[in-house]
Amino acid sequence: MPLNRQPNIADPDDFYRELIESQRELDDGQAEMMTTKLVLILANHVGDREVLREAIVLARDNTLAHATP
Amino acid sequence: MSKSYTYPEFEYRRSAAQREGRVERHPLVVIGAGPIGLTIALDCAQRGLTVLLLDDNNTVSFGSRAVCYAKRPLEIWDRLGVATPLVDKGVRWQVGKVFLEDQLIYRFDLLPESHHKMPAMINLQQYYVEQTLVDACEAHTKITLGWKHRLVALQQHDDHARLTVETPDGRFDLLADWVIACDGANSDTRQMVGASFSGQFFEDRFLIADVVLKPGALAKAQNARGLGTVPERWFWFDPPFHRGQSVLLHKQCDDVWRIDFQLGRDADSELEKRPERVIPRIQAMLGPELPFDLEWVSVYQFACRRIDKLRYGRVIFAGDSAHQVSPFGARGANTGVQDADNLAWKLKLVVDGIAPESLLDSYDDERAFAADDNLLNSTRATDFISPKSRVSLRFRNAVLQLAATEAFARPLINSGRLSTPTPYTHSPLNTPDDASFAGAMKPGTNCVDAPLRHQGQDGWLLNLLNTLHGPAGGFTLLAFGPRPALEHVADAGVCARVLNVGGDVEDVEGLLAQRYDGQPGTVYLIRPDQHVAARWRSFEVGKIRAALRRCIAAH
Repeated sequence: MPLNRQPNIADPDDFYRELIESQRELDDGQAEMMTTKLVLILANHVGDREVLREAIVLARDNTLAHATP
Repeated sequence: MSKSYTYPEFEYRRSAAQREGRVERHPLVVIGAGPIGLTIALDCAQRGLTVLLLDDNNTVSFGSRAVCYAKRPLEIWDRLGVATPLVDKGVRWQVGKVFLEDQLIYRFDLLPESHHKMPAMINLQQYYVEQTLVDACEAHTKITLGWKHRLVALQQHDDHARLTVETPDGRFDLLADWVIACDGANSDTRQMVGASFSGQFFEDRFLIADVVLKPGALAKAQNARGLGTVPERWFWFDPPFHRGQSVLLHKQCDDVWRIDFQLGRDADSELEKRPERVIPRIQAMLGPELPFDLEWVSVYQFACRRIDKLRYGRVIFAGDSAHQVSPFGARGANTGVQDADNLAWKLKLVVDGIAPESLLDSYDDERAFAADDNLLNSTRATDFISPKSRVSLRFRNAVLQLAATEAFARPLINSGRLSTPTPYTHSPLNTPDDASFAGAMKPGTNCVDAPLRHQGQDGWLLNLLNTLHGPAGGFTLLAFGPRPALEHVADAGVCARVLNVGGDVEDVEGLLAQRYDGQPGTVYLIRPDQHVAARWRSFEVGKIRAALRRCIAAH
């Protein structure tokens, strides 16, 4: 199954708030560490190497596309 | 400095050729009497080649250096008849533990499968390995050891090389049909043939210390600190006694312990070697109450790189001269011994004129493939242990912190993936399967061991592959089920002898059939280096002969 690039989260506003709220009390270092752990936890849940590869490429390409020259 | 070991001094002998001013021609000259040069000399000699082995020194390795020896090299040394003293002397181990700070977060078992003759891993100081191999080489009538013989120049010709060698009596020249260069990571021979040696350098510096402790002292201290049993291989990330860096502890024989301290990028190598710097680090780790003797200290920087091709005309490279890895994973000496295993039988067939010279190209195909696999594993481990950027450090620490409670993160921890053989899955010597098989024994794979009964005695497959042909070995047809009509199949000057499972040997535990998917009628063609060349579900002479020709590059 390819990477799902269509909306898939039932309650997007609530999810987004939850994500932001979860880092509210953290300093920058802790927040970065937490985000890193979240990547690893979700990557393991997905498991499928092909899907993970697509996701990594998407995140990288999107970042480079938005980088100021 | 050493207190637990007395270094032997081997006798320099002036050769008759040098004394008489003759230029002698030798079939094979091996440069470097380290573990790889000694192994290759012994393997070639046991296969019938006359070997001149030259070394610029006259003793064994200074310091413990390569201390972990894996199952496959032990099996190779067992084929050469030298494994028993090494296994008896070495420290057997198979469980490794990884700590974050002072908490155990991961443990691994190297050999979940039992019933192999050789242990998964032994720890043994390199000087003991070399000494055992030197004894065997000295005892072999086909090997001449030239101590204090340093290669200073080499010229390639069509069918030989001319070597200039320096001894305490000056310089002299000799000719060699073949040269095998086992002169280490800083190989002079490599420079003489103009080969490139490229790869990745790591900036981190590591302190390596051997300490001698009273028997049982460390176990007692570790117990007192709640760390449990005697350590085999313990690895710490960010321990309280060495903040922000990693530490590795290995048990060796003679109550010598190897400790590796990561020092970081800015450490001063000369300063860090001084006892007044080293001793406090060790005291912080072991506790101030534990007396120890400091035996050997070295500061290392690592590189992962390999030679562009393993053969330059009449000069063939093996061991660290061909590929250098970081020590995490014990892949240096272990893979070098497998180079020797791969090369000796091929060289013998080429020297005898049975196989074409192109058989030696398969040494490059197979061992460069293995070197790349080792380099990949070694580089990955080094990147995990010594992250190069702030972000990779954060990912590394995230993995470690998660692993304390989360099983999913533990396989991501990489404190060194310990050496296992790389199957030659893409080798041109393999005959592809024409039937389906279960299990791991694909063409190009080294034969896994299994217990057997032979002439009323308990034995092992790997030993029997050998004893049927004498120590030199040969090709074997491992045939399951009814005995084939033939006792051997020959083609192109080589012969494969039948070992019938059920007739010649008895698979009493059923493990051989299980490990090889050995249904009745199944036949394996096994190379002299105990690797699978081909396999079939029935004994067909035409197919076997074609596979034999293919396996010696005689098309």
